Amino acid sequence: MKFGVVVFPGSNCDHDCYYAIESVIGKPVEFIWHQDTDLAGFDAIILPGGFSYGDYLRTGAIARFSPVMGSVREFALKGGLVIGICNGFQILMEAGLLPGALLPNIGMKYVCRFLHIRTETVTTAYTNALEKGQLVHIPIGHGEGNFFTDEETLKRIEDEDQVAFRYVNAEGEPTEAANPNGSLHNIAGIVNENGNVLGMMPHPDRSSEGILGSEDGKLIFDSMVHALTVV
Amino acid sequence: MRELISPLIANMQITPEQLTEHGLSEDEYKKIVLILHREPNMTELGIFSVMWSEHCSYKSSRVHLKRLPTKGEAVLQGPGENAGIVDIGDGLAVAFKIESHNHPSFIEPFQGAATGVGGILRDIFTMGARPIAAMNSLRFGSLDTAQNRHILEGVVGGIASYGNCFGVPTVGGEVYFADCYSQNPLVNAFALGIFEKEKIFFGRAEGAGNPVIYVGAKTGRDGIHGATMASAGFGEDASAKRPNVQVGDPFMEKLLLEACLEAMEKGLVTGIQDMGAAGLTCSGCEMGARSGTGIELELDRVPQRESGLTAYEVMLSESQERMLLVADRDREAEVLAVFHKWGLDAVTVGAVTDDGLLRVRQSGKVVAEIPNVALADEGPVYNRPLMPPAKPRVGSKLAGYSFLDGCPDRTVEAFLDADRNPGQHDYSRLLRLALTSPNLCSRRWIWEQYDHMVGSNTMVGPGSDAAVIRVKGTDKALAMVLDGPAFEAARDPREGARLAVAEACRNIVCSGGRPLAATNCLNFGNPEHPDVMWQFSEVVDGISEACVLFNAPITGGNVSFYNETFEEDIYPTPVIGLIGLIEDLSLVTTSAFKDEDDSIVLVETNSRSERIDLEEERVLQNLVSSLIRDGLVKSAHDLSEGGFAVAVAECCFSTPDRPVIGARVRVPSNLEVCRDLFGERPTRVILTSRDQDQVLRRAREHGLMAHELGRVGGDRLVLEYENDSAVDVEVAELEGAWRSALPGLLENKSPFE
Repeated sequence: MKFGVVVFPGSNCDHDCYYAIESVIGKPVEFIWHQDTDLAGFDAIILPGGFSYGDYLRTGAIARFSPVMGSVREFALKGGLVIGICNGFQILMEAGLLPGALLPNIGMKYVCRFLHIRTETVTTAYTNALEKGQLVHIPIGHGEGNFFTDEETLKRIEDEDQVAFRYVNAEGEPTEAANPNGSLHNIAGIVNENGNVLGMMPHPDRSSEGILGSEDGKLIFDSMVHALTVV
Repeated sequence: MRELISPLIANMQITPEQLTEHGLSEDEYKKIVLILHREPNMTELGIFSVMWSEHCSYKSSRVHLKRLPTKGEAVLQGPGENAGIVDIGDGLAVAFKIESHNHPSFIEPFQGAATGVGGILRDIFTMGARPIAAMNSLRFGSLDTAQNRHILEGVVGGIASYGNCFGVPTVGGEVYFADCYSQNPLVNAFALGIFEKEKIFFGRAEGAGNPVIYVGAKTGRDGIHGATMASAGFGEDASAKRPNVQVGDPFMEKLLLEACLEAMEKGLVTGIQDMGAAGLTCSGCEMGARSGTGIELELDRVPQRESGLTAYEVMLSESQERMLLVADRDREAEVLAVFHKWGLDAVTVGAVTDDGLLRVRQSGKVVAEIPNVALADEGPVYNRPLMPPAKPRVGSKLAGYSFLDGCPDRTVEAFLDADRNPGQHDYSRLLRLALTSPNLCSRRWIWEQYDHMVGSNTMVGPGSDAAVIRVKGTDKALAMVLDGPAFEAARDPREGARLAVAEACRNIVCSGGRPLAATNCLNFGNPEHPDVMWQFSEVVDGISEACVLFNAPITGGNVSFYNETFEEDIYPTPVIGLIGLIEDLSLVTTSAFKDEDDSIVLVETNSRSERIDLEEERVLQNLVSSLIRDGLVKSAHDLSEGGFAVAVAECCFSTPDRPVIGARVRVPSNLEVCRDLFGERPTRVILTSRDQDQVLRRAREHGLMAHELGRVGGDRLVLEYENDSAVDVEVAELEGAWRSALPGLLENKSPFE
């Protein structure tokens, strides 16, 4: 089982993801340079957080043209596991692998803090180690994480069980106050129709060890390991 | 003026007006002529003017800075390089430094602050270290004015934009408000990086014939004379200096970081220095001077953003995100390949020579030729006159309540009344007034805009006594803190400096660490004012005394003079950046109360003086360290601005891992209720423990006073005074007020009432 962490120019959580997989989860992991196109031998691909190409344009808008993204698309279409965290989520959306858009936060400022998200589905490769409704204590750090889409798409992803996580308060309620960025339906993370591609704004890579304030994020990586083991 | 110079220089080409524009004195000009044995041309004059500016040459401060202690067991590199370096064991070292970016941040807050962050990050990775933490110390004028609110929002936005994109966590800092910073905000940026101690790189140009390679962003006209601007005060024309401020590109800096570290890892770099203040000029001559070599530069090869740049402009440009490096001549192509992989310009622009000269060519002609050493080391040194001021600068408000100096009159009057007329006052209201005052309210609005977690090392982020970063691959952690005496240094500069160092050390100790080394940023007014130079000298002595005692050598830093507007000097503002080593992750301690029923203890000195006794302070810090080491401490918080009541309230507020928690506490009484609640005295720490008796016993064995205060628990904060409840408030509600005060001030709304 081998994980790959894509390095775009401007990725800055690439080392964090690498460390989480290698030292916390204990699985083999390699960096994948954004100009490489050969994903043979990888079982799961992580698009890490950061500011790819500086994100001076719309976030992720340039990274999606990186050569590696063609291979990531093929990899995903064949059912491979692809997780985009923060900037990685933004890139997956720009690449059309996930529906919707991520707008600037409603407060128009970057927000970095711990919060709670609620597990909405447990049938995916990213949530099988979690219970439905389980709260995950996890940090966010982004300026553009305000999930938006048209009503029809929103209805579809809700109906098809594609919402993986929702921002909630400590009591597990998806209130307006618990929503850090204005996302529709407090959506924090979604999967594609097949459930093999996950995008989420919160950072499991920053919450996989107790000494960093939470190890809840590890459950997401554990789920991936479980899914790959079962296959 | 012409007459004075002319005996030395027959046909002077440079006019007195040009000298004034370059901030050079007549005597300095004569010295230049003596060094060159001729008159300089305009390019050379420009080069001298930036290298001999206060900002680059430390000409007013050098004689005093020599008194700072710079040596210590752990110190691998002291002042003089791009950053200081200390050994943290396990084959690892950290590079760290603080620098000011005050003047640009007034002129253009967002870009001024952003490029300040960019500059300090380059100082760290130019030595081969990957930056893993940043902090900042900020001073602004009162938020009553729209201009100051604009400056604060711009500065915070700029720091956030640069640090977040680059990918360094901004883990801590401090912010204070006072009117003297109204036209001259202070922006001091700190960064720390980590590396293997065998892999340190220096700013040296070794080996005649080796190529000098320019990497990074292209050179433009931005920032020309930034260093000279930072060496003068502001008058009416401050906004006209906006073109002198550089524009930052954190994405470019991130690429530069990765490419530099990759080239270093491959062993391709023999020497490297970033282009910061005074740009190509400074990095070229300093690298040559350190190695006793010459540097030849061919300006036609320098990547340029626009055409028609003169030699003067190319040499003085302060365009950001550029580095100069020297490589082994056999490996030039490999260096270029690494930078090209990251999509960066990398061009050989010259070579190292053995003649000791900075020789600059353009279009085949030599346009400047100056000994490197003359620029880097032989600048003028001034022993400027010192004179204590006739009366201390501040003193109108209430001694022992420094936080009041930044408060609205209403708040000051409420405390004055309570202090002078003991008896019935609404102390719950006073606590709320204190906690919502500009200098004590929560800084969350600021630090939530900073990514303080990237790197996945942040164990303790902003909000506790010190920030704590784990060191991957070891069981150790690093604690770090910035401390500037808010107002004490204005009253008594030496005492303020002693307090700042002591408080920084106390913060490190309360976090489970021991002080390792320090960096300092000394922000002062006009050094040509004798009272300012006296303040400076006093502060240096205060820092020296305390750093020797706490075994925290100064490994570098920065001096910023001419912080004045309309000839009004700022308060003397030394900022101490202290780093400490935490030997084991299990020792990491925070200020927040932890669990119901934990006992609360106050440990303090027997002295009730507001002046600090450094020996007693050391005893207290040793006690706290040993209690933490023995597993007796669940939380530790030092008492600082706002005194006892404010410190206890801060311990009750929520943290990422728990909601608010209450406490019932007996206030140690000296029968001056307002002073006992809010008065400030150094050398006091609040601890919580499950084994109160042992803590009390150990404190007494150290000759310190220890008081049983009460227990953690419930959802109210109750402060009992002489068997009466002086304060009784719901913590959640108090925290809400504390937290929303700063956003309220920024919307120009009164936070209270």
